[in-house]
Amino acid sequence: MKLTLDIWRQKGAADAGRFETYTVEANEHMSFLEMLDVLNQELIGSGKEPVAFDSDCREGICGMCGFVVNGVPHGPADNTTICQTHMRHFHDGERLRLEPWRAAAFPVLKDLVVDRSAFDRIIQAGGFVSVRTGAAVDGNAMLVEKNKSDRAMTNAACIGCGACVASCPNAAAALFTGAKIAHLGLLPQGQPERTDRALNMVAQMGKEGFGHCTTIGECEANCPAHIKLEAIAQMNGDFLRAVFAKREEAAGGGAG
Amino acid sequence: MSLNSRIPSGPLDKKWATAKKEMKLVNPANKRKYTVIVVGTGLAGGAASASLGEMGYNVLSFAFQDSPRRAHSIAAQGGINAAKNYQNDGDSVYRLFYDTIKGGDFRAREANVYRLAEVSANIIDQCTAQGVPFAREYSGTLANRSFGGAQVSRTFYARGQTGQQLLLGAYSALSRQIAAGTVKQYSRTEMLDLIVIDGRARGIVTRDLVSGKIQSFLADAVVLATGGYGNAFYLSTNAKGSNATAAWRAHRKGAFFANPCYTQIHPTCIPKSGDYQSKLTLMSESLRNDGRIWVPKKKGDTRSPDQIPEDERDYYLERIYPSYGNLAPRDVSSRQAKYRCDEGLGVGPSGLGVYLDFSQSIQRLGQKVIAERYGNLFDMYEKITGENPYQVPMRIYPAVHYAMGGLWVDYQLMSNLPGLFVLGEANFSDHGANRLGASALMQGLADGYFVIPYTIGDYLASAGRAKVEADHPAAKDAEKQVVGRIEKFLSIKGKRTVDSFHKELGTVMWENVGMARSAESLAKALKRIPEIREEFWQNLKVTGTGAELNQELEKAGRVADFLEFDELLAWDALQRNESCGGHFRVEYQTPDGEAQRNDAEYAYVAAWEWKGEGKRQELNKEPLVFENIQLATRSYK
Repeated sequence: MKLTLDIWRQKGAADAGRFETYTVEANEHMSFLEMLDVLNQELIGSGKEPVAFDSDCREGICGMCGFVVNGVPHGPADNTTICQTHMRHFHDGERLRLEPWRAAAFPVLKDLVVDRSAFDRIIQAGGFVSVRTGAAVDGNAMLVEKNKSDRAMTNAACIGCGACVASCPNAAAALFTGAKIAHLGLLPQGQPERTDRALNMVAQMGKEGFGHCTTIGECEANCPAHIKLEAIAQMNGDFLRAVFAKREEAAGGGAG
Repeated sequence: MSLNSRIPSGPLDKKWATAKKEMKLVNPANKRKYTVIVVGTGLAGGAASASLGEMGYNVLSFAFQDSPRRAHSIAAQGGINAAKNYQNDGDSVYRLFYDTIKGGDFRAREANVYRLAEVSANIIDQCTAQGVPFAREYSGTLANRSFGGAQVSRTFYARGQTGQQLLLGAYSALSRQIAAGTVKQYSRTEMLDLIVIDGRARGIVTRDLVSGKIQSFLADAVVLATGGYGNAFYLSTNAKGSNATAAWRAHRKGAFFANPCYTQIHPTCIPKSGDYQSKLTLMSESLRNDGRIWVPKKKGDTRSPDQIPEDERDYYLERIYPSYGNLAPRDVSSRQAKYRCDEGLGVGPSGLGVYLDFSQSIQRLGQKVIAERYGNLFDMYEKITGENPYQVPMRIYPAVHYAMGGLWVDYQLMSNLPGLFVLGEANFSDHGANRLGASALMQGLADGYFVIPYTIGDYLASAGRAKVEADHPAAKDAEKQVVGRIEKFLSIKGKRTVDSFHKELGTVMWENVGMARSAESLAKALKRIPEIREEFWQNLKVTGTGAELNQELEKAGRVADFLEFDELLAWDALQRNESCGGHFRVEYQTPDGEAQRNDAEYAYVAAWEWKGEGKRQELNKEPLVFENIQLATRSYK
């Protein structure tokens, strides 16, 4: 199949970008990224700069790949990363527009590559359980209801690709942050730090310049890890409880 | 040079306790005065950085990916072994130790493997405490499943995403330390050389992959946790970015490379579909718990699998290995798949495939149960192939998956180069000639959480602090070499792309140094590799400049190193005149096609020493002494 691609080209973070048009011959068994590999080999052959895009595992689990195809993060296949989207989803003669994640908190580094370190800083703000290496009790000392454990796993499956942010008209990171808060909040191990976690992670989201969630649901529709909006509800619940808990704590703190 | 493996004396089950007792300690107040560089943020590197930071060391952590949550440990699917014996099925530290040694075809160090089995239980406790959502029973206890090469259920798992969950656990612990300021983390930063001062590893030279800036970092010790070299074959199940550069650069600076010929070919991968293929995808071995592997009995049988009646199918693993059946170890299963395809019984368009069939399990257990166990793997298979494995059998074929070989380390996980520690897949120590399923995650985390925190203190307390300045001549010289190499890549301005060389190299490796090797095929590879290397340095084309994000330049450095490393891999395979585990030499096999070891002559670790550009490397041998295990022919029948 022959495809026409309008691809966002941008030399560096400080440069202005523009779309450039290319044609490429693909077949239906290629993955989308393999199709771009083919294009890049041709570009290099003709002395042009290849298109920069991130990828690593190419199995849909590392979360490194991702860009927007015809306005949809990770392209048209439902809940699938672009590395796991194969060309059988496209047809001969199709014209595709490829552009990087668009969000103030994800500056473009080059072509389709963006800087997602804001996600790392949200996790650093509280996406963990503070347990020292070697200080853990036996794995079966704390029983976890299977249903809760399964739900924790469902939320823990987030791959941190950023498609939720790219999908959101507000560029909110609520699904990403909510998934971590829900994962740890559903487990007994996550309880002692639950209050601070919600406050600190939500505050960090704001500092990074992500927008507010208005429950539109585009993030859920495009999430390759099938994270549900329920995660955001969980985050909001935890955040509200935390705000009140802190207020009570402050009030009870007394004259000190 | 003689190799001192520093294995503690005394009985096997007391060695680690003895070692810990004898180790020197660094005073809590002094720890922050020591800087430790950790390269890599997979299970081993992430766990090491988090643990060392928490102890108070000043840690610098490096990853070439955009975040410390991406390393390829994340793609491990099936699970992690631990001798918990929660199933009351007869498991013990000794049995896990024995299975691992036997699975490795008696080519691993007893003491290291025993320690691995010993700390395995702590890993599960640690990860559970971090909030890793392992699968659970309705009672709320942790669940287990069985895995290849073992007759007990000791594998812990988190759906088909165990590696992801364990890595995110390590990443969360690391993130906590980054926030606490004990770890400074550098993403999109690649190590391009090792700095050695006065015979000790003292730092690394890095390239900032966004700005192109070349910079040295100096420290009191360097820890490499940089993964395996599977991409030496171009097509493998490794991530696109996985490479051998850090290990190879350390090797060229004096660290010995051990057993490079021990490469694991995983039996259950999705077959290649065309020349454009950029990587191969593994389907977890855990699928073999419920899937049955077969080929048609008749050559060139083009009927669809559901049209082939039961008595015209050959469930060859169950037939040949009745006691282990479809759960025979990886090397054995891979080789049998190759034999069937060589006999012309392979299935699929290329004839390079066998069926992995779930129809009977689905009938017995129902689709819901199968979906619960393997749902994400089935989805992944369907996305890649366009076929629904609930309805038609999967087609699978072996692919390069894991490197058992790696930099040589002693019992303390330190290389022969003082101050250089090597963890996880990057070292050679625990899996011998073949790794059992669910043991890579175990080793990565054992090394990072439970070994290096002890052993690095012993080294630092003994070596003491000797401050070096960033402009030390050795650092400046290493930087100059790195810059010179980059300039060279950019100035060749030839006609061929980096990928074209990598693919050509990979084809030579797969065909001649792959699942079956012979003196003849290895000689062929040893002739071709230098030729390809020579053309690479004459005819390479790298676009762009060094002062920007330049993915072609990144790949050029990695492939240049594979072009040197692969020759050593083939050379090592040629000198090892026996078959063991993942290393199969066609000249050395039993009448029924099983690997034939030669314990009298080859029960040693081959540790290769760099002797300089263009010179033959020197083979150093560390004899493997088995005090607790009787060497036996591995049988899974």
